[in-house]
Amino acid sequence: MTTESAAASLGPALSGRRRGILDRFGDRGLYLITLAAAIGSVVILGGLTYKVIDEASSAISSYGLGFLTTSNWDPVHEQFGAAQLLYGTAVSSFGALLLATPLSIAIALFLTELAPRGTRTPIATLVELLAGIPSVILGLWGILVLGPAMQSTIEPALHSALGWIPVIGSLFGGEYGIVGLFPAIVILTIMTVPIVSSLTREIFTTVPPTAKEGALALGGTRWEMIKTVVLPYSRPGIVAAVMLGLGRAVGEAIAVSQVIGGAPGIHANLFLPAQSAAGQIAAQYLGATGPATAALAYLAVILLLLSVVFNAMARILVRAVQQRASQT
Amino acid sequence: MPRSPGEAESAPRPPESQTMSGPPAGIEEMHATRHVRLEDLNAYYGSNHAVKDVNLSFEPGRVTAIIGPSGCGKSTMVRCVNRMHEEIPGARSDGHVLLDDVDLHASNVDVVSVRRLVGMVFQKPNPFPTMSISDNVASGLRFTGTPRGEISDRVESALEGAGLWNEVKDRLSSPGMGLSGGQQQRLCIARALAVEPDVLLMDEPCSALDPVATLKIEELIGQLKEKVTIAIVTHNMQQAGRVADTTAFMLDGELIEVGPTDKMFTTPDDDRTEQYVTGKFG
Ligand SMILES: Nc1ncnc2c1ncn2[C@@H]1O[C@H](COP(=O)(O)OP(=O)(O)OP(=O)(O)O)[C@@H](O)[C@H]1O
Ligand SMILES: [Mg+2]
Repeated sequence: MTTESAAASLGPALSGRRRGILDRFGDRGLYLITLAAAIGSVVILGGLTYKVIDEASSAISSYGLGFLTTSNWDPVHEQFGAAQLLYGTAVSSFGALLLATPLSIAIALFLTELAPRGTRTPIATLVELLAGIPSVILGLWGILVLGPAMQSTIEPALHSALGWIPVIGSLFGGEYGIVGLFPAIVILTIMTVPIVSSLTREIFTTVPPTAKEGALALGGTRWEMIKTVVLPYSRPGIVAAVMLGLGRAVGEAIAVSQVIGGAPGIHANLFLPAQSAAGQIAAQYLGATGPATAALAYLAVILLLLSVVFNAMARILVRAVQQRASQT
Repeated sequence: MPRSPGEAESAPRPPESQTMSGPPAGIEEMHATRHVRLEDLNAYYGSNHAVKDVNLSFEPGRVTAIIGPSGCGKSTMVRCVNRMHEEIPGARSDGHVLLDDVDLHASNVDVVSVRRLVGMVFQKPNPFPTMSISDNVASGLRFTGTPRGEISDRVESALEGAGLWNEVKDRLSSPGMGLSGGQQQRLCIARALAVEPDVLLMDEPCSALDPVATLKIEELIGQLKEKVTIAIVTHNMQQAGRVADTTAFMLDGELIEVGPTDKMFTTPDDDRTEQYVTGKFG
């Protein structure tokens, strides 16, 4: 058989007419459906941002940046300031990260380097399941179990252990309650640990095994190997994971509003009630009218901005990590 | 750093050898004195019997090359010497690895101490990715708790010993990853030498390098064999011919033959060795 006759006999097979109609237009259809989904998400995000800013516009123009620094929230006299709420958000989120970061790193190290191999995946799955608990249930647990334990034992113990230290001691004052900043910190810690630890775990698995072997072969202990290779290599990725956790903590409303106490205030004592920005929106939006709605929308704009900033920072860090990984 | 007091820390180190307590000895002062003897060594990955009843010794002052076709167990065997084999999940070994008269596989021997006496250079250069050139070399010294004041001298001496000092002395604080492949490999050799090991295992140290960088490392091995007992795994028969005094041939996990390199390449006793060195298989 010559080459030409082979080509001729292939002609009909290559025209594609033998393929069914669905088969032939499937790719095109798939493209259109996925395109619609992608555009849809962009439109929704854009529309949502526009709507929130639009709602907030009257508040933004009448309070300006002073909104961030004034602290009374008084719908009756139409006086609105977010300082107390932002304080509640800042303290509860940063407090949570202060607890969640070392805890997450420890969990991730345990699961990648130390735990017996057979137990790693089951434990990791359990930790990740924690992320699936609806926040309202965590909040309920906060009220029913955590709060009373806080009031009767944990807070008094912390007060007697740390209360005497200058400056730091004022965080652990001598008044205890079922609700307050501290229970909110603990709840947010529980909510962020699964995310931060599973991201950190993924980062740890990208550490080049040859470098880890190098440290062990040099006479490093497991901890020395972790300290010289695993942690330094993972640092930017851990920061990114923490940023994403921070985004989650800042935006969490339901569980926080259940345990934080709902009483805006700025005070050093973590055991006293406070209110967070997200908690305030969740708690007051339904009953709010006119200027109060606008002020809550302004709060929402601030939260939206914060979450964009944290996510962008995390993304930039992740990109830096990926570039470095592709170089090595 | 608290460390469990290992037997090997004290046992296989007689007074005339360099000790951590004296003034920094430096690579120049090192002398190869230690014998390594593998006795009835077996190694397994799960049910895969990768090293079978190997008896072999590495003599001080002489380079031992280990050759054999891919998958015959060369890496596994040398990784038993510094007990890196047991880091692999499911891997185990039995038999003895004697450093002079101490069995490194004995249950009372501390694995971390073993690895301080038996250094290793890997197939692919593996400098610590986040560290500068000098920190890479200093890392092992930090593990052993070398006083801060001595570290920079010993880093210099190790880099000299690895023939890298002149190339990097002006950029000690730049990243180790920024070096060329051959330089990275010599950096890894310097890192291993800095803790002044008694034995240096090299697992195909040149397989990722170009011919010029390979030649540099081979020259280096020639100088280092006076300072430390060396065993080198290689795929490259010419390389074994150039650097090794003794050559061992492995096949399917068994040690087939060991002898002076010249003899192994010209008149080996075993047919299989002859077939392998003449390129008939493998
Ligand atoms: N990590 C591992 N897990 C399971 N089996 C392994 C592992 N490493 C090696 N083996 C097996 O052990 C045997 C010996 O492998 P080894 O790496 O020691 O050979 P080698 O002689 O060094 O080969 P090469 O020249 O290709 O490096 C092979 O059958 C291999 O498949
Ligand atoms: Mg190998």
